Amino acid sequence: MEGTAVQRRLTWQVANVTAATTETPAVRTIELAVPEWPGHRAGQHLDVRLTAEDGYVAERSYSIASAPGEPVSITVERLEDGEVSPYLTEELRVGDELELRGPVGGYFVWEEADGGPLLLVAGGSGIVPLRAIIRQHQHSGSDAPVRLLYSARTLPDVIYRAELDSYADDIAISYTLTRARPPGWTGYARRVDAELLAEVAWPAGQQPLAFVCGPTSFVETVAGGLVGLGYRPERVKTERFGGTGGA
Amino acid sequence: MQKLDGNAIAGVLHEIFGEEMTAVMATCESCGFTAPVANTVVYPRLPGEVVRCSNCAALLMVITRIRGVNCVDLRGIAALKSPVDT
Repeated sequence: MEGTAVQRRLTWQVANVTAATTETPAVRTIELAVPEWPGHRAGQHLDVRLTAEDGYVAERSYSIASAPGEPVSITVERLEDGEVSPYLTEELRVGDELELRGPVGGYFVWEEADGGPLLLVAGGSGIVPLRAIIRQHQHSGSDAPVRLLYSARTLPDVIYRAELDSYADDIAISYTLTRARPPGWTGYARRVDAELLAEVAWPAGQQPLAFVCGPTSFVETVAGGLVGLGYRPERVKTERFGGTGGA
Repeated sequence: MQKLDGNAIAGVLHEIFGEEMTAVMATCESCGFTAPVANTVVYPRLPGEVVRCSNCAALLMVITRIRGVNCVDLRGIAALKSPVDT
């Protein structure tokens, strides 16, 4: 498999929390110092393991939010009935230790050699691995053109908004807000459907490469819509997560 | 019941198989459909992980952990093939 020529044993290790940034009221980015990090590719994950005093263990997988070469970070959305995310978003402090293993995954990844045109479609916190891809695209100096479609409930729910807007010269970004819009909103104002995709997505004839990440129902709608537009199924990479997503 | 995909079990699959598995092509024993492991339907923590075919919903794989040992049932998978071999 490309980029994974050396087989590596996947082991749990203890990382240190070096920074924690509030992205939205329910979303936090946690930066980690990982002693033995072999490096990662944009779009990969890591697994977090929490162990309670009574020995109960909970493991969850999170997308890595940072690009290759940057300090490892994850962006976590608090799920109201979650076992792990409330701890990560509310309890964990800078200086604390966190048990993790990674990177894992090799399907939902993008490298400069993969080219484009790139279509990135995010629902809610599905933006996290796509942000790593966008940063990698910027760092690598790739000339593949990029379009991003990001669906969120409301404008304050948009994660990384200032950062994303700073890419506006390089990347065509379309937002759609599904629940509420600020006065004077000029973006889209509905759930992503086939018609919206047809307006935003690269024409299929350009052989685009799509990455779609969000809640399961969102991903099914978008992936189905893109294939309906003529995208080759193997060029539509999907990742479904269990967050509320708000898309 | 949560419904995810094969990306969500990348870590446990790497642990079991000793290498990255989500980009590997899996063929369903029931319907013959072949797709990356990442595209399978995963019902996590039931308490084990139940993996189904995204085409016909047949059972592909069940992973349970008993006293720290992963028990892996691959009965529904006809073939696993690295994408570079295809």
